[in-house]
Amino acid sequence: MESNISFTLKVWRQAGPKEKGAFKDYEMKDIPTDTSFLEMLDILNEQLVEKGEEPIVFDHDCREGICGMCSLYINGHPHGPATGATTCQLYMRRFHDGETITVEPWRSAAFPVIKDLMVDRNAFDKIQQAGGYVSFNCGSAQDANALPIPKTAADEAMDSASCIGCGACVAACKNGSAMLFVSAKVSQFALLPQGRAEAARRVKAMVSKMDELGFGNCTNTGACAAECPKNIKLSNIARMNREFLCAKFKD
Amino acid sequence: MEDIKKDKNTAAQPVIDSKIPEGPIAEKWTNYKAHQKLVNPANKRRLDIIVVGTGLAGASAASSLAEMGFNVLNFCIQDSPRRAHSIAAQGGINAAKNYQNDGDSVYRLFYDTVKGGDYRAREANVYRLAEVSNNIIDQCVAQGVPFAREYGGLLANRSFGGAQVSRTFYAKGQTGQQLLLGAYASLNRQIQMGKVKSFNRYEMHDVVIIDGRARGIIARNLVTGKLERFAAHAVVIATGGYGNTYFLSTNAMACNCSAAMACYRKGAYFANPAFVQIHPTCIPVHGDKQSKLTLMSESLRNDGRIWVPKKLEDAKALQAGKKKGSDIPEEDRDYYLERRYPAFGNLVPRDVASRAAKERCDKGFGVNNTGLAVFLDFSESIERLGLDVVRQRYGNLFDMYEEITDVNPGELAREINGTKYYNPMMIYPAIHYTMGGIWVDYELQTSVKGLFAIGECNFSDHGANRLGASALMQGLADGYFVLPYTIQNYLADQITVPHFKTNTPEFDEAEKKVQAHLDHLMNIKGKRSVDSIHKELGHIMWEYVGMGRTKEGLETALKKLKELRKEFETNLFIPGSKEGMNIELDKAFRLNDFITMGELIAYDALNRNESCGGHFREEYQTPEGEAKRDDENYFYVSCWKYNGTDEVAPTLIKEPLHYEAIKVQTRNYKS
Repeated sequence: MESNISFTLKVWRQAGPKEKGAFKDYEMKDIPTDTSFLEMLDILNEQLVEKGEEPIVFDHDCREGICGMCSLYINGHPHGPATGATTCQLYMRRFHDGETITVEPWRSAAFPVIKDLMVDRNAFDKIQQAGGYVSFNCGSAQDANALPIPKTAADEAMDSASCIGCGACVAACKNGSAMLFVSAKVSQFALLPQGRAEAARRVKAMVSKMDELGFGNCTNTGACAAECPKNIKLSNIARMNREFLCAKFKD
Repeated sequence: MEDIKKDKNTAAQPVIDSKIPEGPIAEKWTNYKAHQKLVNPANKRRLDIIVVGTGLAGASAASSLAEMGFNVLNFCIQDSPRRAHSIAAQGGINAAKNYQNDGDSVYRLFYDTVKGGDYRAREANVYRLAEVSNNIIDQCVAQGVPFAREYGGLLANRSFGGAQVSRTFYAKGQTGQQLLLGAYASLNRQIQMGKVKSFNRYEMHDVVIIDGRARGIIARNLVTGKLERFAAHAVVIATGGYGNTYFLSTNAMACNCSAAMACYRKGAYFANPAFVQIHPTCIPVHGDKQSKLTLMSESLRNDGRIWVPKKLEDAKALQAGKKKGSDIPEEDRDYYLERRYPAFGNLVPRDVASRAAKERCDKGFGVNNTGLAVFLDFSESIERLGLDVVRQRYGNLFDMYEEITDVNPGELAREINGTKYYNPMMIYPAIHYTMGGIWVDYELQTSVKGLFAIGECNFSDHGANRLGASALMQGLADGYFVLPYTIQNYLADQITVPHFKTNTPEFDEAEKKVQAHLDHLMNIKGKRSVDSIHKELGHIMWEYVGMGRTKEGLETALKKLKELRKEFETNLFIPGSKEGMNIELDKAFRLNDFITMGELIAYDALNRNESCGGHFREEYQTPEGEAKRDDENYFYVSCWKYNGTDEVAPTLIKEPLHYEAIKVQTRNYKS
């Protein structure tokens, strides 16, 4: 049931992309445990504004775990200690009275800090632009039921397509690899007949863009899948490697 | 019908031309397409179009227009087009495919939508929506949207409220996400090809009018804080609804109505603002620090029973935390929906269920610490079906509920005299969707030439109430299949107009005005944070302009909103500077417009002396508490025209409705 806790927040503050950042401590008093983590930051921000200080900048939007906007590296975990949940779905009952909670932005060369806890994830869009689509123009589609797709393939494609593009996989990886993110999209299309026609072209374009943008390589530690708030499976990476090799062999 | 056509109120009003094509309802869109003007491929390259917003409507419009050859400038306030709030839609998307062979047709989808909208939508628009609904499913499947399928490999359907057929296509509980990612993928292809220029973390602050036509926008780069100018031959806004006027809603945090308000202030009429949808099954407010509300799928009402205690002392004990829901035995529970509406029980329409919950809580029977919650109980269905079956149907929702509230609705709490009591959920209604919006004609053009509005931000298709799984349908219909046609009819005579420069006096003036407004907000230097004033706005709106409205309440609201505006103007405080990123300034800019929006909703609600759909005036109800519509006097779209300043009330202009295909009837929930 509801109770109140007090704790120390250690938050990364950084005025801009080129400024030097540092941790700053904030004492939080009597926060109800049924407050969400982001609402707790709202409370802190409200207190900062009342004192005339600038609030902590962090990305957030839908607050129901689907838009992928929220991030935050909390106590050493992307999206904090809960599994299968984003930061906005995290509640303060996961924390203890007297604890020190460390909050950092995603740390990755490909995600530069914009301000405080907000980072630039435009690299993810660029990878999708390189090939994350089926090439056809609106209006030219055939009847939706003209092409039966086995339920298992559709379901598996749906699991891969559940990726919310938050970047937790990159933040969790010691190499800053984006393999889980890229492979989720490659897998979705590889599993569906609509995506097969340009499967080879797609995987090569997306992988090459990923490499170009400074994401690290995959060394199979599995940290990405362990921290993924949407439980995107590691097997997507295996599928992407297979697709990539096949595409290269054909060349 | 005759008496409706003779609407005495419409005399002496400016005539509104909705540009509905001639011919029988089923042929209007075909006729339109056959006779509209087109732009040839070489000329499309010469024309620029601004699309503001990247939700289902914005992304689908931007990608489709680019595919056709136009140059598109596309803006979003998030860090990526993929994050627009369409992504959070759960249930599904309607289409008249009739794959289930259960009697569905374009006409039936059209009829259900008009009826669901309580006969306040424009017939011709809705028919077109139903007509193109099938193309949307084809388009999305071709994009690789992983819709749910049967073992035979064909598409699965489910049923939804307000329909007697199964016409809803879905992708788990994440249909909005998958449809948006499909549109985002098409958009990405066009960005890669250089046909769409994408501007992320930009917020539109004004629309620029040159010689009576929309020719550009002033947008602020939210990272640098700088205002920038963008010019084009036409401007399309796809910026969503205004639910966050109420502070707490199921909308995302950044959802706002500023782009729509900018258009309104530049002469675009705002239609039917009072039509706001309140969804009955949301997780209740838990305290004054809450930032937003979470929707629990409407499907829960199929097996859950809604109740509050019969005895006031039990309610008091629940509110004080001295009792739990499971402590209250069966005979002391009031299943008020089943009591009041024996025919429909827990499955009454959204607006009826919402109002009934409010009625009980207003009488003091609320069941949580704020007194604003009712129980949704699965004890009976778990006993009848077994926990496994119930979890198969609602397991993900139970888990989501537990994560947020720390209560597991599937957990056996106690057994009294052989009756098993499981932990009930708590729910309460919340603002969810706005049917009203910028007025558009059949071509989706606003009352300003060259300015178009699509998706939730226009008013067009849902009348006074939207049916489930119809929002996604409308957003994509507008963006993929309607606007790409109709905008050409406007652009056809613009092909000789060269690319615009942004150094014109009109751009200078618009930017100067926005800059002055931002400076003014920074310089108020009062004591109150944006959120504290926004919360106050939310309280006023919810209390007086919410589920049950009265003349007195609405007049009080208008008075309080005036005071609130004064408080905002004199006591707002924004820390930091206007240089660089300033999230408080972003919010203050939006709040200014939310206050104007709040007034607009109140004006419209006050004018509409009837109850229909999401708009319930307590004076206008039957003895049984049902909504009482007044077709004699209010069979029109109310269009509000801005009068040059926020201080003066807007002017009402009426667009009378004309129904040819459907007979206007009273909605009946009893049999």
